Amino acid sequence: MVLTPFDQLTADEKYDHFMERIEKGEKIEAEDWMPDEYRKALIRLISMHGISEIMGALPEKEWVPKAPTLHRKLAIMAKVQDEMGHGQLLLRVVEDLIQPLGKTRDHIMEDLFTKRLKFHNVFHMPAPSWGDAAIIAWLVDGAAILSQTMMLNTSYGPYGRALKRICQEESFHAKHGESLTLALASGTEKQKAMLQEALHRWWESLLTFFGPKSKQETGHTNVDIGIKYKLRTKTNEQLRQEFLTKYVPKIQLLGLSIPDEQLRFDEDTQEWRYTEPDWQKFKRIVAGDGPKSDERLALRRNSYENSQWVRDALRHFKEQASEHVG
Amino acid sequence: MQREDMVLCELLYQLADDNFILAYRGSEWLGLAPHIEEDVAFSSINQDMMGHAVMYYQLLEELGAGDVDALSHCREPESFRNAILLERKNGLGHYLENPNYDWAYTVVRHYLFSVLKQIRLESLYHSSYEPLKQAAEKISLEHYYHSMHWETWFTQLMSSTKEARHRMENAINYCWQEFDGVISLGRYGKEICDHQLIVEEEKLRNEWLKRVCTTFGEMQFSPKTSPGMESGNGRNGEHTEDLTEALEVLSEVYGGDKQAVSW
Ligand SMILES: [Fe+2]
Ligand SMILES: [Fe+2]
Repeated sequence: MVLTPFDQLTADEKYDHFMERIEKGEKIEAEDWMPDEYRKALIRLISMHGISEIMGALPEKEWVPKAPTLHRKLAIMAKVQDEMGHGQLLLRVVEDLIQPLGKTRDHIMEDLFTKRLKFHNVFHMPAPSWGDAAIIAWLVDGAAILSQTMMLNTSYGPYGRALKRICQEESFHAKHGESLTLALASGTEKQKAMLQEALHRWWESLLTFFGPKSKQETGHTNVDIGIKYKLRTKTNEQLRQEFLTKYVPKIQLLGLSIPDEQLRFDEDTQEWRYTEPDWQKFKRIVAGDGPKSDERLALRRNSYENSQWVRDALRHFKEQASEHVG
Repeated sequence: MQREDMVLCELLYQLADDNFILAYRGSEWLGLAPHIEEDVAFSSINQDMMGHAVMYYQLLEELGAGDVDALSHCREPESFRNAILLERKNGLGHYLENPNYDWAYTVVRHYLFSVLKQIRLESLYHSSYEPLKQAAEKISLEHYYHSMHWETWFTQLMSSTKEARHRMENAINYCWQEFDGVISLGRYGKEICDHQLIVEEEKLRNEWLKRVCTTFGEMQFSPKTSPGMESGNGRNGEHTEDLTEALEVLSEVYGGDKQAVSW
């Protein structure tokens, strides 16, 4: 039997070969052939993830200088730096994917500013107290860890490797968040109230963090493609159930109340019941119409424009240097 | 407190407060740096510098000056001993609202400071106060990378586009007017040197000028005057409104609940 070189296969044959690799659990690499649908799904997923890390630095960054002690200042600085680092790692993965399409990081930023590229719903929300910094690090990071761990086995090799490093660092974030939360929960009445108010503020956002259940709620979902290509292994609802199982008992143990009277574990179905969040509101927030969307986008856009001269200067410097060498 | 300890504390406050306040100014840039890679690198430098401040505050704590968090969060502005240049805002605007920060100013300020910090550390290796000597050795391991970082930025922006050069020269001129305040050892400077805690101000100044002007020379730049101290001497507790505002931000949570024993 003579093997036909890969580039002489028909499009269908290439696709079948690709899907065989996916089925076998092989990892796809940046330079491998991949169907457009797969590339598109990756770009969408990873650029949203990457830009969410970067936009996610903004609400917490507000609390970096205000963190109460030197120790907490150092810890939250390190955490926010990690998040920027995650963003950097992920954008590099996206850069390789968009390069064949003739696009660069500047295009990603442009898409962010025009709201074509969306970022996570939680990062559109206000964080008005130190209690919010605690809840973000404990529960938002806790939720992120669940969905990132679920994707560790993703079929795209570079993403999987980035996630591995991210998950290692995230485990420190969770500890940091737990420590902040515990300190407030065992503190003065004022500290406890600060924490309780923050939890009330964040509950709905946490519930919607994993996205809607199925097509019915918002009209479309990208989960199916994700599962087909083995980018992910669990549905949104499975992740939400995991989150509730992991955190509701912990929250209750701290003596905090959760603002949902319907919330309970149903022994018959072995599932959590909760009040269905407002998915239309969720959709609006992610589309860039949340309480802090415009303000945070403006912050990022202004800083980007203010430092355009720096990036120009660096480019010029590099060109000069390579001219000297050449 | 013995006179000798008081003089030692004066120097420690200068070292601690310089690092503390400049690390704070650096941390305001978080998420706003010219590119993501710099954001990560700068943040790491800020953490190191905040860590250096903690080490100096710990020496003060050991001398009975108070606990490190109280020292950094509860003192009045006039008891801070940092140089005025280091407390100045990063530019127009507030870190939460329309920050219009100037990267050239940040690069120049950090570069000039990193050269002086290096010289101070080298002198502290010979300090008569053993714990200070040990702290300096630890700090210099990290500071080595900070120096390289800022020198790279400095030389690249000085030798690139016209606009960059123009912004950098403006920033140098501004920092130059204040930099003698960073070199200063304050009103107890003579006693500080008599106790051989660090070398004389004059030697620090000459060495700093020598190193900085060598780099300037390579960039075809030469300052027209000697460094000044136009806004006053922070070493003697003279400060600007910028410090008052900074300290309010830094202690907002810590000072917001006087009953709290743990955070
Ligand atoms: Fe992250
Ligand atoms: Fe995180």
